Amino acid sequence: MSSTALAGRVVAAESLARARRRSSWLLLFPAVILLGAWAFVPLVMTLRYSFERYNLLYPERRGFAGLLNYNLLLTDPAFWTAIFNTLVLTLGVLAITIILGTLFALLLNQNFPGRGIARLMVIAPFFVLPPVAALIFKNLLFDPLNGLVGWLFKLVGLHPIAWFTTAPMIALVMIVAWEWTPFATLILLTALQSLDTDQLEAARMDGAKPLSRIIYIVLPHLARPATITIMMESIFLLSIFAEILTTTAGGPGTATTTLTYLIYIRALLDFNIGGASAAGVLAIVLANIVALFLMRAVARNIET
Amino acid sequence: MAALELRQVGKWYGGFEAVKSVDLAIADREFMVFVGPSGCGKTTLLRMIAGLEDITSGDFLIDGARANAVPPDKRGLAMVFQSYALYPHMTVAQNMGFALKMAGRPRAEIEAKVREAARILRLEAELGRKPRMLSGGQRQRVAIGRAIVRNPKGFLFDEPLSNLDAALRVQMRTELVKLHRSLDATMIYVTHDQIEAMTMADRIVVLNQGEVAQVGTPLDLYHRPANLFVAGFIGSPKMNFFPARVAGVANGSLSLALDGGATVALAAQGAPPAAGAALTLGVRPEHFVLAAEGPLAGSVDVVEHLGAETILYVKESRGAIIVVRTDDLAHVRPGEAVHLVPRLDRVSLFDAEGRAIADSSAT
Ligand SMILES: Nc1ncnc2c1ncn2[C@@H]1O[C@H](COP(=O)(O)OP(=O)(O)OP(=O)(O)O)[C@@H](O)[C@H]1O
Ligand SMILES: [Mg+2]
Repeated sequence: MSSTALAGRVVAAESLARARRRSSWLLLFPAVILLGAWAFVPLVMTLRYSFERYNLLYPERRGFAGLLNYNLLLTDPAFWTAIFNTLVLTLGVLAITIILGTLFALLLNQNFPGRGIARLMVIAPFFVLPPVAALIFKNLLFDPLNGLVGWLFKLVGLHPIAWFTTAPMIALVMIVAWEWTPFATLILLTALQSLDTDQLEAARMDGAKPLSRIIYIVLPHLARPATITIMMESIFLLSIFAEILTTTAGGPGTATTTLTYLIYIRALLDFNIGGASAAGVLAIVLANIVALFLMRAVARNIET
Repeated sequence: MAALELRQVGKWYGGFEAVKSVDLAIADREFMVFVGPSGCGKTTLLRMIAGLEDITSGDFLIDGARANAVPPDKRGLAMVFQSYALYPHMTVAQNMGFALKMAGRPRAEIEAKVREAARILRLEAELGRKPRMLSGGQRQRVAIGRAIVRNPKGFLFDEPLSNLDAALRVQMRTELVKLHRSLDATMIYVTHDQIEAMTMADRIVVLNQGEVAQVGTPLDLYHRPANLFVAGFIGSPKMNFFPARVAGVANGSLSLALDGGATVALAAQGAPPAAGAALTLGVRPEHFVLAAEGPLAGSVDVVEHLGAETILYVKESRGAIIVVRTDDLAHVRPGEAVHLVPRLDRVSLFDAEGRAIADSSAT
């Protein structure tokens, strides 16, 4: 082939690639627009409202407020409590679900009669709607008079406690952990099943006892899926709402008011759209900070 | 030091008998190779020896002591897996030292032994790396190193070279043989590559459908196959088989009528088969002579020039293909008619059940 013909072909190939890129843009366009509208319009509106004085009770007093909303929020002790509560709830649930999820995954990966049923039972809570789950805990389990936990306490001679007044955050963490343990179990169980059995057998030949095999072979194998689980769970845990509304309504006092719940209080109970929007913007900032840390942890984990 | 012995060892998976009453004695420091087609039970047998699989029936002895119930790490045997089974999150050094760490050896000793194994296997530069960053051949060596540091009495290899490319396979083959010599350990090596089996083994076990078809040295199996299965399995290109009938037995000479119509006469040894009995005559491709006249005739179908030798595929009149290996830089062309004379002192005879008829082949 002569060099000019070759050059001609290269040019043709390049223009073909360019044409393909253009047409792929064209095809992507509607989806990008839709997604943009979905994500950006609410974000921009929230940002705008956060700089406005905007209370539904006083619709006539509307206008630019500068940083007033942020100022009020950052000096409000309820805000800092809310951030603290959000972190306690998120981290508490993450810790419990990862630990329990790992244990359940290890158990359910064993061979025993009725394993299929056991797996189904462990996964089932995931399909219970959050408000329903919260109500089950509130009325059937944690109720000091009629609840199962109270009855168990009495059985061993303890005084039943009113969970939602004495230890509201602990109760809340337990409810949410109950809902999310199946998710962690499911992901970790799938990961366990992808573990090469040759590795476990090699470890057996190397003289590793069952516990050592878990510590040195299984848990390192689970590190990566665990980070992914943590990341996905955090996205949802940062915005937990229904469970709080149906059990404690953020109380007693502000004991269980998370950032999400604070936004709800400001926007729909106080009708303060400006304040709620400012809290919303800060919630986005918080979520991004958390995401940043998680992404780094995941990236490091995937690298090694 | 490990002499291994299997006495009527069998393995059942539910209702399926994967290994059938295997009797086998492996001498100390022997290089024993298990070969056989896929699914014949090589891996199962090896895993029973390793202790990873329960023995359903029979006895397994290490140095004369029954070891059926001894856990894998207490048998003094190390296994190299086909998939290498390296621990992906540990460095090469940690991989190799894992067994010693589990045994609670002091750190200095672990380090010294790992260093020594790395020196033998030329892995010193890779000690700090993770398995993922190694080439196939290096991974293979790490897997072997993991076995070496345990200083086992015996090594078990399950198709350790099957994931390597051809050149590396040849290189690792010679390295393993050298290693066997320097380590003075018993080795059992599973493969379905007969070149590996022939080149590495002191003795070969040929397995067929869970049964031992024959045990012997590589040349034994090649020259004196005990049955049709071994005759067909060992050797490449395969041995040619000709169905035949005994036409007559007369003073030390056995005359065979081949199904094609030709007749050949062999020197009968031992108890000659009865006249009229159905037999199979086996002739290796290199045991033919091209001649102007001969009992077998056909036309050349394909000619493969391999340089040192030439492989001919000769089509018989009735369509059967005879494979002939010749060093004659054959002027033979495809389509040409040829006559073949089997070297009757080198052929094998098999009875109707496929068993070799004693010593029909030359010594
Ligand atoms: N865990 C098991 N359960 C049931 N059957 C099995 C099991 N493991 C192996 N088998 C059967 O036992 C037979 C022997 O299997 P094995 O793995 O020993 O073959 P192999 O000779 O190693 O074959 P390959 O060369 O393909 O590795 C096969 O027919 C296989 O289907
Ligand atoms: Mg196998």
